[in-house]
Order: sequence, then C-alpha cells, then structure tokens
Amino acid sequence: MFTLISKKYCFVKKLLKLPITFSRLHAEGFSMENSIDKIPFVGKHQFTQLPVYRILNSSKMDHVTIDKLQFHEDLLVDIYKTMLSLSVMDTILYECQRQGRISFYMTNIGEEAVQIGSAAALLPDDLVYAQYRESGVLLWRGLDYTFFVNQCFGNKSDKSKGRQMPVHYGCKSLNFVTISSPLGTQLPQAVGAAYGLKNHHKDQCVTCYFGEGAASEGDAHAALNFAAVLECPILLICRNNGYAISTPASQQYKGHGIAVRGPAYGIRTIRVDGNDALAMYQVTKEARQYVVREKKPVLIEAITYRIGHHSTSDDSTAYRKFGDIADYSRNCPIVRLKKFLCDSMIWDDKKEQEWLIKSRNHIINAICFAEIEEKPLLKDLFSDVYYTWPRNLTTMIRISQSEIEVNILLFVQVLEL
Amino acid sequence: MILSKSCRPLQHATKLLRRCLPADRLKNSSRSIQFNYYPNPVLEDAGETKEMNMCNAINNAMHQCLEKDETAVLFGEDIEFGGVFRCSVGMKDRFGQHRVFNTPLCEQGIVGFGIGLANIGVTAIAEIQFADYIFPAFDQLVNEAAKCRYRSGGEWDCGKLTVRAPCGAVGHGGLYHSQSPEAYFAHTPGLRVVIPRGPVQAKGLLLSCIEEPDPCIFFEPKILYRTASEPVPLQYYKLPLDTADIVREGDAITLIGWGTQVHVLLETADMVRDELGALCEVIDLRSILPWDSDSVCQSVKKTGRAIVSHEAPLTNGFGAEVAATIQEECFLHLEAPVGRVTGWDTPFPHIQEPFYLPDKLRCFEAVKKTLNY
Repeated sequence: MFTLISKKYCFVKKLLKLPITFSRLHAEGFSMENSIDKIPFVGKHQFTQLPVYRILNSSKMDHVTIDKLQFHEDLLVDIYKTMLSLSVMDTILYECQRQGRISFYMTNIGEEAVQIGSAAALLPDDLVYAQYRESGVLLWRGLDYTFFVNQCFGNKSDKSKGRQMPVHYGCKSLNFVTISSPLGTQLPQAVGAAYGLKNHHKDQCVTCYFGEGAASEGDAHAALNFAAVLECPILLICRNNGYAISTPASQQYKGHGIAVRGPAYGIRTIRVDGNDALAMYQVTKEARQYVVREKKPVLIEAITYRIGHHSTSDDSTAYRKFGDIADYSRNCPIVRLKKFLCDSMIWDDKKEQEWLIKSRNHIINAICFAEIEEKPLLKDLFSDVYYTWPRNLTTMIRISQSEIEVNILLFVQVLEL
Repeated sequence: MILSKSCRPLQHATKLLRRCLPADRLKNSSRSIQFNYYPNPVLEDAGETKEMNMCNAINNAMHQCLEKDETAVLFGEDIEFGGVFRCSVGMKDRFGQHRVFNTPLCEQGIVGFGIGLANIGVTAIAEIQFADYIFPAFDQLVNEAAKCRYRSGGEWDCGKLTVRAPCGAVGHGGLYHSQSPEAYFAHTPGLRVVIPRGPVQAKGLLLSCIEEPDPCIFFEPKILYRTASEPVPLQYYKLPLDTADIVREGDAITLIGWGTQVHVLLETADMVRDELGALCEVIDLRSILPWDSDSVCQSVKKTGRAIVSHEAPLTNGFGAEVAATIQEECFLHLEAPVGRVTGWDTPFPHIQEPFYLPDKLRCFEAVKKTLNY
C-alpha cells in the first residue's frame, strides 16, 4: 500500500518538474519568479485612481494661453459655435416636447464638450456608432437643424421615414450609424466594423460612444474584449456623466470608474475632463493617431455631468439635489470654453448674441416647416423590413389599405383627436 | 448487504424501463438515430458531383464563398482548427487568420461583431457553436440585426450577415445540445430563418443565405452532419429561399416539416403507403421565415388534410403558425382538423429522448387518425 502511494507521489513530482507545465504561465508573464508564498488578495486600493487629463482648469486659467496650446483660432471658434448651436437646439426642442409638438426629446446639456471636442478630432470618413446623447457629433459634421427637426417630427423628410422615436438619428453620408434604443448593442457592432476596416487596409477608424450605465451591459464586456483580442482600430469613448437615469454611478460600479477596466482587457486607456473641450480634442486626436497607426483600440473615459434631465420623460429633481445641477451649470463646458475664448480675445458677447439669434431663427424656421410637412406614406410602414417584399407583407399592405379605405373617416377623426 | 439494499429501487426502475422500452429503441440508447436518411434527387444541370455528407457540403460552400467574395470572413468559437463539427476544416490555412478566426467565448459579442462587419459591407459568416447557445445573442439578432434596415429607412443594413448554428436532436444532447429554436426567431420581422434537410440543400441554401441582402439565421440539424450523405454538385449553386420544396407528391394528406423531420415524414409516408395504401404529399418548408404559405395551402387544397411536424415543443411552435394559416386559407377544403406532431412541452430530455421526439410511429398514428376522421 505504501509503495503504491510513494510511486504515485513520485509520478506527480515528475509531472510537476516537466517544463511544459509552466510554459503557458511563463508565456503570459505568470512566471515562477513572480510567485509569493503569502496569500495576497488584491483590492480596489491597489489600483490608484487614474488622473484626469485637463487643459482648461477653471482655477488655473491664467497659465493657459492660446499660443501655448498651439490651437488654431478658427477651430476653437468653430467648436464653440457648434456647442452653442447644440444648446440652442436642445432648449427649443425640449420646449417643443413640453408643448406636445413632439413626443420625446433628450438634451445634451453639460456634455457638449465630450461630443464636439472629440468629433472635431476625427476625420469625416471615421465611422461613428453612438448611444443617443451625441447629437453634437452630427452637428459638427455639418448637419443642418432641419435634419434633426424632421427626425423628431417624423415627417416625410425624415431619413428613417418616421419609424423611430425622436433623437434616434442616423446619416449614411456622414458615416453616422443610425441610433437604436437598446443600450450597449452598438459596442460590439462598432468593433466588428473596425475589424472590417482594418482588413481593407484603410486608414479609417471607428468611434463608439456609450454612457457609464451602458458600460454595465454584457455587450460592453464583449466589445472591450473583442476589440483587444482581435486588435481593432476603434476609439471607445465613455461619457461618464454620473447618472444612468436615476441610478448614480456609485450604484453602477464599485471600481474606479470605467477607465480602470481598460488595462484589464489589455486596452490603452485615458481619463479626460469631459467638460473641457480642448482636453477632449487633444486626447481624441492623439488616440486616433495611435488607433490608426497601431490598429488597436483605445478607451477614453470622459468625466462629465448630466445637467439636463435624462429625457423629457424624467424629472431628475426626484433623485438629485437642485443645488448640484446649479453648481455644474455655472461651470459647464460652454461657460469654460467661452471664458477662455474671451480671455484670448477671439470671442465676445456681441458675437455670442449674434450667433444665438441666428441659431434661434434657423431652428424656429426649421420647426415651422417640419410641422406642416406631410407625414411618411402608409406604404413605408411596410417597406425596408426586408430588402425585397416577401409575400406576407405584400398581402398585409393590400389588406391594410382596404381596411383604411373603408374606415377612412374614422381614421381621420382619431388622428385629429 | 447495505449496498445491495440501497440499489434495489434502482434495479426495479431499470427493469420497469426495460419492459416499457421497445428492444430496438434501447439497443442504441446512447446514440439512437430516429430516422432513415432519404437522399436528395440529383439536381438538373448539376454538372460534376461528389459524394459528401452535410458537414462536407457546408465546408465546400464556405470555401467557395470565401473564394468568390474577397470580403467574406468566417468567425466564431473554435473555428480556426476546423470547428467542433469540422465544418471549417482547411479554411484558415487557405484564406488566412484575418479571414477565418476564433473569437472570445461570447455569443452576444459574436453576433454584434458580425452586424458591424455587415454594416460596412463585409460578408460576415458567424458561427454559434450550438443553437442552444444563441440566446445570449437574442437581443443582437432580434432588436438589432432584424431592425437595422427598417429603423434607418434603408440607409444602413446588415444584410451581409449570416449566422450558422447547429440545431436539433442528436440522440444524447440533453437540454442544451438538442434545441430547435426556430420559432423564437420566426416571430421577428426582418430576419430570415432557414433549415436544410441534407447536403445538397445545405450547400445551395447556405450560399443563398450568404448572398441574400437580409440577415439570415441558418440552422443546421447537427445529426445530419455525418449521417446524411449524397452526391453534391461541385459547382457554385443556390437554392431559392422563398419557396418550399415538395419532396414527394401525393393526394391523401399533406405532411409538412423541415430539417431532419422531413426524413421522418418520408418514412411515415412509406409506412402509410404500405400499410394504408394512401399517398402522402411531403413538403420541406426549408425557409421558416418568410415561409411559403402558397405552396403549403395549394397542396392542402388538393389533399384536404394536413399534418405539420417538428422537433420543437408544441405550444407556440412554428407548427401553430402553419396550422392557423392552413385553417384560414383552406377552410372549405379541409376534411379533418390540421394535426400537429411535435416534441412535448418540456425541456429536451437526455435519457428520455426516444420518447420525446415526434418519430415515425407517432407521425403514422397521427396520419391514420386524420385519414379516418
């Protein structure tokens, strides 16, 4: 009996000595030299909080001058104007919803810099996958107010033919993939698109925006892991604005934000002040260069604050203090950039007033037209489900038309009510 | 002594089970095959053919696809070494790792990744290792892939995506290696769901799915991978996705099925012919969504009787849709209620599989009942 055990033991010892047992551990850096004989659980404290990259610091503004930063003046003014336009659009479309002219709206207040600062650093060919709070990217790429307004009103000029809720924008010619409501789904899709671009040896990249709440979805894990393992040229930009509807970030995760997850997946990562348009621009620009050159992903966590309500279906004072909102409003991205531009003598209140009045007039005109524009055709309820028309849909469109013809007066009454 | 006592109830149960189980069913209980394969008749203008099983035919189709379409990529779990069912053998070596590659083990990632590839015009062939594991990707398939074209007004689409997944009973697959989830997806406008019944069909239908500008889910009955063998044309050919296939003509009753079940129905038709002297018309639906209700209803108007049969559970199975449509379209022609022979409304069991499946005996009984109605 004893000999049997000792023989077995010798065999096990032999096995342990085989170099092959440790080759994988060595290859992945888990070497024997690294091992210790205590039980060292690793905790949150061992990952120091990542610093926040910032250019426009409200308390140290004096140290920053436009010459030092080597920013082109026109670029800065364009970024600022677009941020202002976005806030004008938000204010007016929000009111449109309150008046019942559109069914739904989501503002971007407080997050203008994340969107426009990053969009300005991308090239027009770069593909964008967004969540829903990234209208500024489309504004930056040159879309007119009429585009946004038509989508929100769902008239026949809307590209999605009135099928989606307001704010679900998309534009093929501007390489902006149509938004969908399910959170996080765009993340692995963006990674797939990035892989496709890499395979075609194109110097394009993909940018994918998502909130810190969406980062809790399984799709976010899938995307970060796929992007790293399959080496995809993608910029993953997380808008960490502190809230997912009513859920504060403290109930969303227990680690140090989203950024600390990046290195765990093997992704180059940075945290940036999302209320600083200049920092956002610089970081995105450098990240883009790396992504295109190395064909690998980068994760950017932009720290910001959602000043507006989650949506028009939400009253955020039910779960946060009004004082917090007011504090952030005083130091919002627009205020910060404006101060810098005014200090640098390339912007002033007169220019601001002119731009605001021009923007307001534009959007009010767009709304007037959108409201009287015809709605999409009934046929468009059935088209685009498939590339062609399957038999069941041709039958249904015939039936629906005859049903509507019979009850046309009733339908008109119902719709007018 | 203690040992034998505790074993007694078990022995008793086994004896009981032996008595209940017909001998021929018990013989191969670990790898039982519930059907005989009926080879496809050789296609017209088939050109040169080669004997292939369904696994080879799918492999052949994918080789031809990647050869013809330079953008095409194939990916999923364990693809590179040839796949756990050997469907992607030789592909990585031939086309390179950038076109045939393993992904991390994450189904929602695989389908999402495929949608993104298809968004930019890349032909994406994704593999889900078993249809049972497609559910983590349900959101990506149902909310995203299916609605991509519609929600963007036709600006964006992912029509170049094809998701392949082995499905159906395999003799011993238990709960999570046997499912037939086609009905879940048949409730989703925008998707195409296709199931072949053998090698010739698999190659032609898969190539159609890949070329079709709509996202397709291609369920491959895994028991056919090796058991089904027939001469398959070597050329690149496609089979239509919008028509059912009348596999055998008859006038007494219409039997409707898909995948492996078509062979069960063919065998049932033989039994009916030999024992009852009646001729069954057997239809392979092939495409579950959109499905060819015209061919089915035309046949039922001729025969006046219909039975639809599938491995998936009865309640809300796709048979319900077929039966309801027949009832609506052929009401004045029906001589008997439309029958359904399906799996039971239970999870798919392991040891009890022979009693779960809608085999030829159960189908035969249903036909007899319908004919005598």
